[in-house]
Amino acid sequence: MNQLSNFTKGFIKENPILVLVLGTCPTLATTSSSLNGLGMGIATTFVLIGSNVVISMLANLIPDKVRIPAFVVIIASFVTVVDLLMQAYVPGLYEKLGIFIPLIVVNCIVLGRAEAFASKNSVLSSFVDGLGMGLGFTFALGILGAFREIVGSGAIFGYKFIPGDGILVFILAPGAFIALGYMIALVNKIKKS
Amino acid sequence: MAKTESTFKNMVLSLTLIALVASACLGFVYEFTKEPIALSNLNKKVDAIKQVVPEFNNNPYNEMFRLPSGDGDSLDIFPAKMDTITVGYAVSTYTNKGFSGYISLMAGFRPDGSIVNITVLEHKETPGLGTKMSEPEFKDQFSGKNPSDYTLKVRKDGGPVDAITAATISSRAFCDAVQRAYITLQKGAKL
Repeated sequence: MNQLSNFTKGFIKENPILVLVLGTCPTLATTSSSLNGLGMGIATTFVLIGSNVVISMLANLIPDKVRIPAFVVIIASFVTVVDLLMQAYVPGLYEKLGIFIPLIVVNCIVLGRAEAFASKNSVLSSFVDGLGMGLGFTFALGILGAFREIVGSGAIFGYKFIPGDGILVFILAPGAFIALGYMIALVNKIKKS
Repeated sequence: MAKTESTFKNMVLSLTLIALVASACLGFVYEFTKEPIALSNLNKKVDAIKQVVPEFNNNPYNEMFRLPSGDGDSLDIFPAKMDTITVGYAVSTYTNKGFSGYISLMAGFRPDGSIVNITVLEHKETPGLGTKMSEPEFKDQFSGKNPSDYTLKVRKDGGPVDAITAATISSRAFCDAVQRAYITLQKGAKL
């Protein structure tokens, strides 16, 4: 597989949220605004790249029977690093994302890519895969967040352009499910045609 | 390179090594970010104090003292002084009655007990609904009011406070936290 298709597959063909439907918990919970969605996406991207690279380097050294605990330790370390760095340098965003940063550890995408891709491929491919998957995740979260913010509160990136309250249900959890459902349907339609 | 075999020795060795390296990295990052984290937390509090009390020239953070709030807990009080004359108190108050539990506020009072301003420090309220309590439209209605003749209750409970649409619980919790701050100051004979 060449690196370009390896990179682009994360966007539509194997988009972690819209096609693989992995990691929907942070997706639904953090996309109440476009900024939160993007922030969460970027944090996850960083963890994905880091864990993918390290795991592909160590893949041969780690005995098969203990690979899952080893992967979990590596991923958890990266998540804690991101957690501390965000707390130190972007406290505003850190507060908004709150509990979902530590919860990147249990995000299925990260362990899923480690197990399905990084442990079997070269360091470079794993890096590209992590970047593509992470950006695909960020892309899906950003769109979902922007949609919910526009419809739910008439604003984008915090700038209000529609006066009034918007459709409140889209800010709340049920709106996340509805919006995500329509996005998945749309992507399916695009993929079929 | 050949794949390491899953013998007991290899498994223990590789896991130990990974755990060691990971903890060393984490220790380093922790040390590295400790100061910026403490600094950003401090800045947030100092900023909040500046927003809620009249202009001052002392360091309220160094003169902080605690007063019992009457329900077994105590609150941090930051006195704001202009040339040794007290111009106000910033009270770091809280409530557990929010829609999602804990909310902490910084409420500023003049020495006569009237509210100067209030800012929200921490909350987990519903985005788009309860979060509106940190917007001026809601919290500015408290400015200049004195809780001695201004009951801190929302209209639904017979008070004068306009609650946020669809977030009455958050509005009530906000009032509760401000009330706690006021009572604490009053009991501590600071008003």
